[in-house]
Amino acid sequence: MSSPGASRRAFGRRRELALLALGLPALLLLGAVFAWPVLRLLSLSVEGGDLAQFEKAALDGLYVSVLADSLKVAAVVTAICLALAYPVALWLSRAGRVGAAIGLFALLLPFWTSVLVRTYAWLVLLGRNGVVNRALRDWGLIEAPLPLLHNMAGVLVGMVHVLLPYMVFPIYAALLRVDPDLPRAAEGLGASSWRAFRRITFPLSLAGVSAGCALVFVLSLGFFITPALLGGGRVIMISMLIEQQVREFLDWPFAAALSTVLLIVTLAIYGLIGRLTRGGRLETA
Amino acid sequence: MRRRSGFPLGRILLGLAAGLVLIFLMLPILVVFPISFSSASYLQFPPPGFSWQWYGRYLDDPSWIDATVRSVKVAALCTAIAMGLGVPLTFFLVRSRLPGIRALDRLSAAPIIVPTIVLSIALYGVFSDLQLIGEWYGVAVAHSVLALPFVVILVGAGLRGFDQAQEQAAAGLGASWPAIIWRVTLPQLRPSLISAAFLAFISSFDELVIAMFLSGSEMTLPKKMFDNIMMEIDPTIAAVSVLQILLVGLCLGLASLFGRGVLTTTVTR
Repeated sequence: MSSPGASRRAFGRRRELALLALGLPALLLLGAVFAWPVLRLLSLSVEGGDLAQFEKAALDGLYVSVLADSLKVAAVVTAICLALAYPVALWLSRAGRVGAAIGLFALLLPFWTSVLVRTYAWLVLLGRNGVVNRALRDWGLIEAPLPLLHNMAGVLVGMVHVLLPYMVFPIYAALLRVDPDLPRAAEGLGASSWRAFRRITFPLSLAGVSAGCALVFVLSLGFFITPALLGGGRVIMISMLIEQQVREFLDWPFAAALSTVLLIVTLAIYGLIGRLTRGGRLETA
Repeated sequence: MRRRSGFPLGRILLGLAAGLVLIFLMLPILVVFPISFSSASYLQFPPPGFSWQWYGRYLDDPSWIDATVRSVKVAALCTAIAMGLGVPLTFFLVRSRLPGIRALDRLSAAPIIVPTIVLSIALYGVFSDLQLIGEWYGVAVAHSVLALPFVVILVGAGLRGFDQAQEQAAAGLGASWPAIIWRVTLPQLRPSLISAAFLAFISSFDELVIAMFLSGSEMTLPKKMFDNIMMEIDPTIAAVSVLQILLVGLCLGLASLFGRGVLTTTVTR
C-alpha cells in the first residue's frame, strides 16, 4: 500500500526539480537584470541613513506639483481612453467576421507601430500649419490656428493614441466572454436593447473595464517619450524629472527617492484596482 | 419585437463612434506615407510632388543603416533570450505546485508594471559599473527582461489550454520527456510561440527609453529617430517610418499565416 504512494511522491519531487531547473535560468536573469538593479537603485534613496531625500521631495513644491500633475494626466488619459475604447470594443464584439478583421487590423497596426513614428506623425498633423489646423481653417470652423502642439492638448492626443489599444483589448475580451443568449433572453422578456445592455452586458464587462483602466493608468503615470516630444516643455511628468536628476544633475540619491515614490504610487494603484476588479468579478459572477 | 425598433439607431451610432475612433487610430499611419514620397525639401503637407529622395537619403546615410542593423541585432538577440529562457520558465510557472509559485509568477510579470524610466536608470547604474554602456548585447539583455512577461503571458495561455492527456499517452507509449515536450507539446503551442516571438522582437525593436540610457553613442534606430525629431524634422524620418510600418505589417501577416489564431490570442489574452 505504501510503496506506490512513496514512489508517486518521489516522482512528484523529481517532477518539481525538473520544472525548477527549467525555470531557474530565467529567474536568475530576472534577479540579475531586474530585481537587483531596481532594489539597488531604491536603496540609494536612503543611503545617508535618513529620509532626507524624501523630505527634499516633499518640501519642495515643484516635486509635489509634478507628481500631482502626473496623476492628473494619467487620470484624464484613462478617462478619455475608456470613453473611446468602450464603443470600439462593443462594436468589435458584435461585428461580423469581415468587420472584426478590419477593426482588429486598424487597432493592431498602430499598436505595433513605433511610438516614435506616431509621435512624428502627430507633429505633422497638429502643428500650427499642420493638417488638422489647415483643414479646420479651410472649412471655416476657425480663423486662427489652434494651439494643438507643445502643450497639454498635444500630450493628451499622443498618449491616448498610444494607450487606447491597451484599453480596447481587455474590454473586448470581457465582452466576448459574455454569453450572447443573456441579453437576448432579456430582450425576449421585453427589455429594450439599451436596458439589456445596461443591466446585463455592461455589468458583465466591468472586469475588462477595470483591467484596462489599471493598465492604462499605470502605463501613463510612467510615460516619458510622448510628453517629452509633444509637450514642448510645458507638460512635465515625474519620469522626466527623474531623467533630469540622473542626466543633468547626477543626483542619484534624489533620483532614487523620486523613483521610489513613483514605484510605490504605481504599485499601490495597481493593487487597489486589482482588488476592486476581484470584488467586481464576485459581484457579477 | 415592437420594442426593438430603437435598435438600428443605436447600432448606427455605435458603428459611427467605433469608426471615428478607428480612423483616429489609423490617421498618423496614413499621413506618414505621402510625406515620405514628398518632393519638397522640408516638411510640407500635402506634398507638392512625388520623389524617392528621402528613401535615397536613408539608404545613403551610413548612420541610419548602422542604427537599423544594430536594432535588428539587438531585437534578434533579445528574442532569442526571451524565448530560450521564457518558454521553459512558463512550463515551470504553469505546472509547478511549489508553494511560492504565485510570487514567482508576479515577479516575472513585474517588468511590465515597473515604470520603464525606473528600470532604465537602475540598469544605467549597474551597466555603468560593468562598463557595458554602448554594447549592443547589453541593450539586448536589458530588453529581454521587458520581453519576458509577454512570452510568459502568451505561452502560458497556450499551455493552460493544452490537454496534458496527450503527454501522458505519449509517455505511456514509451517516449522520453524531452521527446514528448519537443514532438507533442511544443508543436501544438506553435501559434502562441510565434506570437510571443513576434511580440518580443517588436517590443525590443521599438524600445527607446532603455536604449537611450544604455546604448551610449552606439545608437539604436529608435534613438536615432528620437534625436532626428528633436534636432531637425526632415522627411527622412517619414521614409524610415514607412519602412518600419511595412516591416510590422509584414510580420503581422506572416504571424497570422503561420500561427493560426495569433491575432486573437494577442488581443484577448
